[in-house]
This record gives sequence, structure tokens and C-alpha cells, in this order.
Amino acid sequence: MATWKKLSLLLSIIPLLLLLAYGFKTNPREVPSPLVGRQAPPFALTMFDGSHNSLEQLRGKPVVLNFWASWCFPACYEEAPHLEAAWQTYRDRGVIVIGVDIQDRDADAKAFIDRFKFSFPNGPDPQGKTSIDYGVYGVPETFFIGRDGTIHYKHVGGLDEKVLKAKIEEML
Amino acid sequence: MIATLGRFSIWFALAIAVYGVCVSILGIRRHRPALIESAQGAIVSIFGLSSFAVLLMEAGLVGHDFSLEYVARNASLDTPVFYTIIALWGALEGSILLWIWLLGLMSVLAVMIESKRQRELMPYVTVVLLCISAFFLFLAAFPASPFTTISPVPPDGRGPNPLLQNHPLMAVHPPGLYAGYVGWAIPYAFGMAALISGRLGETWIRTVRRWSLVAWGFLTIGIIVGGRWSYEVLGWGGYWAWDPVENASLLPWLTGTAFLHTIMIQERRKMLKFWNVALVIITFALTIFGTFLTRSGILSSVHAFSDSGVGPLFLGFIGVVLFLSFSLLVYRSDKLQAEGDLDSLVSRESAFLVNNLLLLGFAFSVLLGTLFPLLSEAVRGVKVSVGEPFFNTVNVPIGLSLIFLMAIGPLIAWQHASIESLRRTFAGPLCLSIMGTGICWFFGVRGLYPLLAFGLSLFTVITVCQEFVNGARTRRRKTGEGYLTALSKLTSRGRRRYGGLIVHLGVAFLVIGITASSVFKLEQEVTLKPGESLQLGRYQVRFDDLSAWQEPHRFVVQGNFTIFNSNHKVAEMRPAKRFYPTEQQPIGTVDVRSTMREDLYLVLSSFAKDGTSATVKALVRPLMMWIWVGGWIMILGSLIAIWPDRRRALAADSVEEYVAWQPGRS
Amino acid sequence: MRSALFALLVAGILSAQWASAAVAGSLEEQTLRLAAELRCPVCQNLSVADSPSEMATQMREVVHEKLQNGESPDQIRNYFVSRYGEWILLAPTRQGFNWVAWLLPFVAIVGGGGIIVLTIRRSIRRGHKGNVEPSGSTDPRYTSQLDEELKEWEQ
Repeated sequence: MATWKKLSLLLSIIPLLLLLAYGFKTNPREVPSPLVGRQAPPFALTMFDGSHNSLEQLRGKPVVLNFWASWCFPACYEEAPHLEAAWQTYRDRGVIVIGVDIQDRDADAKAFIDRFKFSFPNGPDPQGKTSIDYGVYGVPETFFIGRDGTIHYKHVGGLDEKVLKAKIEEML
Repeated sequence: MIATLGRFSIWFALAIAVYGVCVSILGIRRHRPALIESAQGAIVSIFGLSSFAVLLMEAGLVGHDFSLEYVARNASLDTPVFYTIIALWGALEGSILLWIWLLGLMSVLAVMIESKRQRELMPYVTVVLLCISAFFLFLAAFPASPFTTISPVPPDGRGPNPLLQNHPLMAVHPPGLYAGYVGWAIPYAFGMAALISGRLGETWIRTVRRWSLVAWGFLTIGIIVGGRWSYEVLGWGGYWAWDPVENASLLPWLTGTAFLHTIMIQERRKMLKFWNVALVIITFALTIFGTFLTRSGILSSVHAFSDSGVGPLFLGFIGVVLFLSFSLLVYRSDKLQAEGDLDSLVSRESAFLVNNLLLLGFAFSVLLGTLFPLLSEAVRGVKVSVGEPFFNTVNVPIGLSLIFLMAIGPLIAWQHASIESLRRTFAGPLCLSIMGTGICWFFGVRGLYPLLAFGLSLFTVITVCQEFVNGARTRRRKTGEGYLTALSKLTSRGRRRYGGLIVHLGVAFLVIGITASSVFKLEQEVTLKPGESLQLGRYQVRFDDLSAWQEPHRFVVQGNFTIFNSNHKVAEMRPAKRFYPTEQQPIGTVDVRSTMREDLYLVLSSFAKDGTSATVKALVRPLMMWIWVGGWIMILGSLIAIWPDRRRALAADSVEEYVAWQPGRS
Repeated sequence: MRSALFALLVAGILSAQWASAAVAGSLEEQTLRLAAELRCPVCQNLSVADSPSEMATQMREVVHEKLQNGESPDQIRNYFVSRYGEWILLAPTRQGFNWVAWLLPFVAIVGGGGIIVLTIRRSIRRGHKGNVEPSGSTDPRYTSQLDEELKEWEQ
């Protein structure tokens, strides 16, 4: 067997191992959204309290659009107080926080809202139209929509206070 | 108590493994048989200690010793005993323990059975097996210890993952697969022993062929039963999702199948020596790769255990195995020259070579598809998915060519097949299968692939039957035996050949089942009120009502359906949803009515809480049962091939060889 | 010539799938066929057509609705790609780097086949130079040997 053949046989193992090692660096569950930097898809929601909200009406205001579900434990339960706190802090500066409850039962969702005393508008997403339009693949996911209606940032998984604050400040 | 004893036995086993490696190397160097025997004693003690550890773990599980973290996470007071026992392989640490025990068992058997016959190779085999054991014992001793304790001790455990306590097949699928994985360690160890010792004749090949068949048989059981489990538990109506971990179990099966075929060339023609060692290395590395994929979480999969830090260790182990083995292989490559030569492009040898090409091509496309998301992300930075549409498009043509080869290969003459002999052997079956395909077409089968799949499977069935009939007829003429006696004696005289042919028959059934059940699948999802029904194929499915009750460890909601076939009531079916307190999403339980003709598959998708409606997904999958029947025929065939001969193996070989040498006799 | 044949073969294989996809069925069938190409976002490697999850059900409804509104399968695929990224497609698109996944298996098989043919030819030539063995296929010697062997065994 020629030496180059021997060597190339042995060396061909290296790229395979490198590729597998690269796998440790990536998270298969994290999929970057193609929507970031683009115009946010329009939505029109009927809230649990009967009011209506649509992206059209909110044009010119920074929007924090949060997708959640009552069965999403613990991530949604952990981020809920931070969302309410951010709403309290920034509502006077024109920031809107909207919660979209997906794949849920209304009664469970209302219990969740009561539990965390949400005062920002929350509404269900019948037939999942809005969540599919936003490319949601799990809960919680949060979109930060700037004044011009483009998506500034998308967060996957539970939000903490720091990220929430930083991203809202960036949009102001 | 259990924790201390358990940890002690694992540590002790690890120490013994390291000791065994050292003494056997010393024994080989200094030519001291006593040291070699001591190393073989080490293998026996490791098996003893790991059996003890498994028993301790079972005692912990069944005795609800929640001070053990593993028990607290994978057992609970409400879990039925059966599922508590099999929780041993419900999570990472326990499955590594099972792995160690199986490897210990196989190693002990290998030492007991082969050490007399293989005096020269055995010391090296012992070293290799002990090294593998040491790696897994290291995992169980440090990063994935099954005997870690927690405090405070919880009053109750979380119980096994509901998907794993929903079906009795969980008792068979993982151990079968593991035994298949672990089994390949034995042929690998013999291959390495041959390389290290430089005894690269046909001895090691002859020794490992039965071990390889055992490993292959277990892997087949694991895969088939896994498919069945997926079909009956996951509730999507399919059995194979091209999930990374499923693919990982298919890879060593494919390369192992290739190995089982090419060792025949080496035995008879003293060729492909290099290739056979390479194949056994690749197969073993792929079994470790399969475990690696399950444990590392680098690809998303139904089977992925949570990320646990053993991933990099596995990767390191794969790297070491590949580098050491291939270095040895190229170092010995001069001794691995073919001694024989080929005579013709049309011969059994060529058929085997093409069979290897296609099997390896199949394996390569599966591996590439499985790792392509990683590759795409590394090269383009874009995440892509590679799933069923990709694998079906790429692999179906490769698979069909393989079936074609499977039908003709065993009947082509060794060395050189003349046109005349080919005509004599294949003219009949070819005509019959073309007619059969025509009949399929007449009955509404359309499309190139389905027709080819049916035609080629039929071709295989006919050639296999022809082979049995001709063999039995020849025997009958020579010996005057009855037909059945002739058939059974024929099979038992050439177990390997006829076992192999039976495996081919099983594959043909499997392919017919796969094709019919996917091409002619009927599917409907409808919301029904009580009394309403849906019509699917021949069946009318009537929704009667919902019932619900509380079981110790779960809450069950069940839909009651009555099935009519042209106004005759044929069955009552009860798909359900089970709500486990630890899970947010309910686990569906499907109900399947299987006949040889078709399966009716019902899933309760959702229901109104007040019982006024239920959404049901109904599927009709024709010839679905043939898949499982084919699987069992494959396992039966491998059992026949594995079964030890009463007569001396050598004599059987030669007869088998002569039988195989005569294509187209009548 | 050979490479042209190969290209033809691969084109045939890859288009076999397309041809079947172009055959229109009822709206439900079209929906299922399209859904089978989409990955269910909340599942592990199941398609939107197969998955029993609620998200997949909703996505099937979206596909159904869009087909009803007269959108073409390509438009619907593009819609999902624009929202979820290429990740949503269960088979990589046939363009650019993705051709590696589609073609490499066939290239490997054809290349391997070439190597096998060359090896066999070389081996045959080498065999002819040395002593020429009698070909065993139709040799009556083996038939008689078998008979003898069988007789011997029966005794």
C-alpha cells in the first residue's frame, strides 16, 4: 500500500472528529429567526378582556411581543414577573408589552394571568395563526419590535430582567 | 448501603480491568501463560462484579431506595413493578451499567468458548475487550455514576419518562439494541487481535462469523422492535422517522451486513483481507457512535438523554479507536494482500463486492444525511433539517438495487458464471416476477418505485423458494427421503447458506410491507360527535363515547369506537390519552387492529372536556403486519445460521461450499 | 459518456419525487403532501403531516387554507421558510452547498463502482498471467463430489 494512501486514510478521520466536536458548540434546539431585521408580520388579536390590538394601531411604538402558555413550566413562570415589571417601568415611555397565549385552554390561561397579576394586554392565538406567522417553535419566545415596525431582536427561552431591560432600552 | 456497595463494585471492576490489561500485556511479552490466565480471570470477575452492580441497582429500584439519585429520577411508588425493573435502561447511567454487564457477559462467553481453540489470538482479544470494559467502567465510576446519592431523601421519585412506561416492548428494544451494539465488540476484538499478533489468516474470520451473526441478530431485533414500539407508542402512525438515533442504529447494521457477506469471500478465496478488518473496525466504531449520539445531545432526537458531559469522552474514545485501529491496519497492510484472484466480472465474488458497495453507499448517505445539519451550520452558518423526504429520495433507489442483488447474488456461481447457467437459474423467476408485477399493475399499483419494490421482492421470494425446492429435490433423488425430511436436512446441513436465504426471504417480506403500507396508506382526521362515524377504506369508524378514570400513577381518558366493515361489526377500539402528573403534555395511546391484510390505526387527537366530541386520526396501512413478520423471519434465519452444528464445523463448510457452487441445478 | 449516463440517472432519481409531487389530488391530499415536507417545530424529526401535536395540526390548517386561497405549493413553502428559516424544510433545498448532501452518496457509489470494476479487471489479468484455474461453475466434478459427500454423511 502506498504511503500516501495510508496517510490519507488516517487523516480522513480528523475532519469527521472535528465535525462531531463542532456539534458540542452548537445547540440543535436554537434556530435563528429569519425575521430579525425585517418588517414584523402584522397581527390582530382579540384580548382576553375583549379589547383588540393590532400591529397597525401600535405603529410608532416599541412593542414587546411575548408568546407564552400556561403549560410551559418552568420557563414561562420564571419570566412572567419580569415581563409585568418591565411593563410597569416602561409603559409611560410608550413601550407596549403584549402577551400571546398559544396552544392553551382559556381557563388555564386566565389562571396564569391572575397568578402573575398581568396588567398588560394578553390574548389567545386561535388556530395558531400569529405564532406561525412569527415562526414560533416553542414557548416562551419574545419579539422586540421597533418603532418602525421592524423586528429588532428575538429571544428564545425565558427572559431575565437584564436582557429585557437592555433590549427595550435599545429600542427607545 | 446499596450506593456504597454499588460504587465499590464498579470501582473494583475498573481496577481489575486495568490490572487485566497490564498483566495480559506482560504475559504476552514474557510468554507467561499464567498471566494470560489471570487476565481471563479478570474478565470473569468483571462480569461477576457488574452482575452484582446490576442486581444492586434493581434492588434499589424495586425497593424504592430514593436516596439513590437514579432511583429518585426514574422510579416512583406508583410505577408498576415491571416498568420499575426496566427503568434500569430508562436513563443514561443505568443504560451504561447495562452496557457494561452485557459486554461482561459477551466477553465471558467469548473467553469460555474460544480460549481453547484460539490460543494464539486469545491474549490479544482479552486485552482489547478489557480496554473497552475499562472505558465504560470509567464512565460508570466517574462522570455517569449510577450510584450517586442525594440528600435529603425525597419521599417519592419522579418515575420513568411516560413514553418508556407505556409499552412492554421497552423491555426488549433497548437491551436488544445494546446487545447488538456490544456484540460487535467481540468480532472487533478478534480483528484487532489478528492485526496485533500478525496472524492474519482466515482463523479470526472463521471464529468471528458466528459472533458477528449473533451481534447482527440482536441488532436486527433491536431495530425491528424499536420500529414496532415507535408505531404503537408515539402515535404518528409510522415506525421509522429517520431520527438521528434510529439512523445511528441502522449504520452498524448496514456495515455489519456488508461484513457478514465479504467474510465469505475471504474464507473461500483468501481475498478482501484488508477490507474485512476495515469493515469490522468501522462497524464497531459506529456502534460507539450510536451511543455517542444518544448521550451527547449534539443532534436533536426523540431518544436524546439530557446532556451529561459524557459526550466529549465518547468522542475521544471514538477518536482513539479509529486512530489506533486504522494505524494498525495500515501498518499490517502488506500482510493483508489477496492470495487469490478473480476470474470474471460476472461471479458471486463480484456480486458480493457490489453488495458491499451499495450497503456502504447506503450507510454513507445515512451518515451524511444525519450529520449534514452540523456540516451545513459549520460551512454556511445556516441550520437545515434532513428528514424523511431526503432519506427516502436518496435511499430508495439504493435500497431497490440492493434487493435486486439480494435476489440474484446467492444464485450466481462462484468464480465465473456462464450465460447459460444464468439463463437456466433466472429465466423462470424473472418471467414469474414480471408476471407478478403485471398483476400488481393490473390491481392499481402505479409508479416506478412501488412496482419495482414489489417486482424485486417477488423475484427474491421466487429465487429463494427455487433454491430450497431444487436442493430438496436433488437430495430426495439422491437419498430417497420424503420431501419435508429432505428440506429440513438440507437446511440443517447448510445452516449458514439456508439461514442466510431465509433472512433474504424476511427482507423481501419486509420490503413488501414497507412499500404497501406507505404507498397505499389512507389517512383521515375528523372531529366526531357521539354516534357519528367516519369512513376510511372498507372501515366505518363510529365514535360511541368517552370514558375517563384515575389510575395510581396517571389519569386516563379513553375514546370508545366501534368499527364496522360493510355494516358488520368487526371490533371495538379504544385509543386513549394518558395524563401523567410529571408531564405537561398527555401521552397518547393508540389502538391498532392488525390483520395480515391491513392495519387500522386509531389515535385520539383531542376531545371536548364534556365528552360531546372527539377528534380522531384514523389510518389504514395495508400489509403493515408483513413488516413484523418479515422481521421475525429475518431473526429466524439468523438463528438457523447461528445454531451450532452437531458435526464438525469444517465438514459442514465444505458441503455447504459444494452446494453453493452449483447454480441452476435442477 | 459514463458521466452523462450518471447525470441522467441522478436527474431521474431526483425528479421521480417531483413528478409524484406534481400530480394533484384532492385538497386534503395536497395538504398532507405539503405538510410532509415541513418539519413540525415542536417535535423531534417528525413532519407536520405525521405529528399528532397541536402545533402541527394548526400548521396543517394554515397549509390547507393557503391552498384553498389558490396559493401554489412553492409559495406556501416560501412562506414557511420566510418565517422559520430553511430549517423548516425536512429536505434541504436543491441548491448551492446542499447539493453536497444530495449528490455525494451517488458520487461515492459511482466512484466506488469504478474502483471495483478496475480492481476486478486487474485481478483477472493477474490471474490469467499465473496458472489458469478451471472455472468451477459448470464443472461436473463438484456435482459428483456433492453426491459422494452426501452419501458419506448418510452412513
